[in-house]
Amino acid sequence: MKQSQNVVIKGTKDGLTLQLNDKCAYNELIEELTEKLDAVTKKDEDALIKVTVQTGNRYVTEEEKEELRQLIRQRRHLVVEDIRSNVLTIDEAVQWKEENEIVSYAGRIRSGQVLEVPGDLLLIGDVNPGGTVMAGGSIFVMGALKGMAHAGCYGNDSAVISAAKMMPSQLRISGHLTRSPDRYDEEEITESECAFINEAQQLVIDRLQVLKYLRPDLSTFKGGF
Amino acid sequence: MGEAIVITSGKGGVGKTTTTANLGTALALQEKKVCLVDTDIGLRNLDVVMGLENRIIYDLVDVVEERCKTHQALVKDKRFNDLLYLLPAAQTTDKSAVTPEQMKKLIDELKQDYDYILIDCPAGIEQGYKNAVAGADRAIVVTTPEKSSVRDADRVIGLLEKEEGMAPPKLVVNRIRHHMVKEGDMLDVDEVAAHLSIELIGIVADDDEVIKSSHNGEPVAHNPNNRASIAYRNIARRILGESVPLQHLEPEKDTFFTKFKRFIGMSR
Repeated sequence: MKQSQNVVIKGTKDGLTLQLNDKCAYNELIEELTEKLDAVTKKDEDALIKVTVQTGNRYVTEEEKEELRQLIRQRRHLVVEDIRSNVLTIDEAVQWKEENEIVSYAGRIRSGQVLEVPGDLLLIGDVNPGGTVMAGGSIFVMGALKGMAHAGCYGNDSAVISAAKMMPSQLRISGHLTRSPDRYDEEEITESECAFINEAQQLVIDRLQVLKYLRPDLSTFKGGF
Repeated sequence: MGEAIVITSGKGGVGKTTTTANLGTALALQEKKVCLVDTDIGLRNLDVVMGLENRIIYDLVDVVEERCKTHQALVKDKRFNDLLYLLPAAQTTDKSAVTPEQMKKLIDELKQDYDYILIDCPAGIEQGYKNAVAGADRAIVVTTPEKSSVRDADRVIGLLEKEEGMAPPKLVVNRIRHHMVKEGDMLDVDEVAAHLSIELIGIVADDDEVIKSSHNGEPVAHNPNNRASIAYRNIARRILGESVPLQHLEPEKDTFFTKFKRFIGMSR
């Protein structure tokens, strides 16, 4: 009996691509994958081959992904580079959206108040001393930042913090931290500034204009002038 | 139907009780029917500042637990003809003796009979604060021009802004020492107001007379010539909706002309 192939192995210059059928049962898939991997595995091969798994329109749970990885990794010379699926659950999609959108908030963050967003934060107002703003992405404060700001709070080193009046009590980006000088002269702060992590893994504050070069990803505007 | 105003600050010792007593007095002087409610259960002071301590028979907890009628617990200020009353706090128990719901019911009941209910809030932002704020329609935040007190006021304003059905809070900057502001050792009023960004409803200079009058149980607002008293009276007028410009804080110099004016009774 001729069976249609559930696993298609293709070789590219970057390594192997495993295309898994998204219509068949998961068990069949695993069975066939094991067989085929056994067939292609050469005992004397030393060089590592990168494997990309494409699961098509099949939703693969974390456990199933782990099982696939395990299965492939058992062959000594194979390394799983990525498992790609065309589908996301709604929860994942919502999370992705939240982590990638700019949330704006108009108002003043007063002492004791904490504003936390999963993505980028655009605050139209001030952060008073004792107030805290946190974001999974970057933080942009249109007013005076006098409290604490924590950007990239789930561990994103490329996040930045910018403020029209940068006089924070403390700045944090990802796991890095900086304390302010003990005294600010409000008159001296005349231009917008930004904080970021530089190549030396230090949190530094500079003119806002440098961001254009340091974090080109911040520009999402496409189009001609 | 009257209006309930809570006087709060977050930090202790900035003059909530003194402000309550004086605003109550000043409003009564404007012929308004006023009831002061002390919610600082366990650490009551308002009765002492008002000089009504030894007339207390029942207190707030007695009213809430229905051991007496509300009007039985109210202490009348003899200096006014049926205009100013005080509902004292209990001294023998603590803040947990009443709940915000009970306070709201009580304040709603008082609002039927009085033009203004001034609620003296305890320091802090715990149970006592929640009780005090529960029945209030609007709030006055008292702060001194010190960083610590401004910080706490900021916190309290943040909490007040979250309260449903509460008008935006107004600010009183209390105990301003002009010479220290001038030297830069104290925040000035503009800095405080800009930082807190709520409407400023009054500024009160630090004056020995305020302490003296509290000591004697007679709010300074009775004194028509004192600058702190005038400040409190102005705040009362602003509460009533009048537009009164803020006072100058510089102490008046005793020039010959002012001495002369005082002599003939034109000035203080």
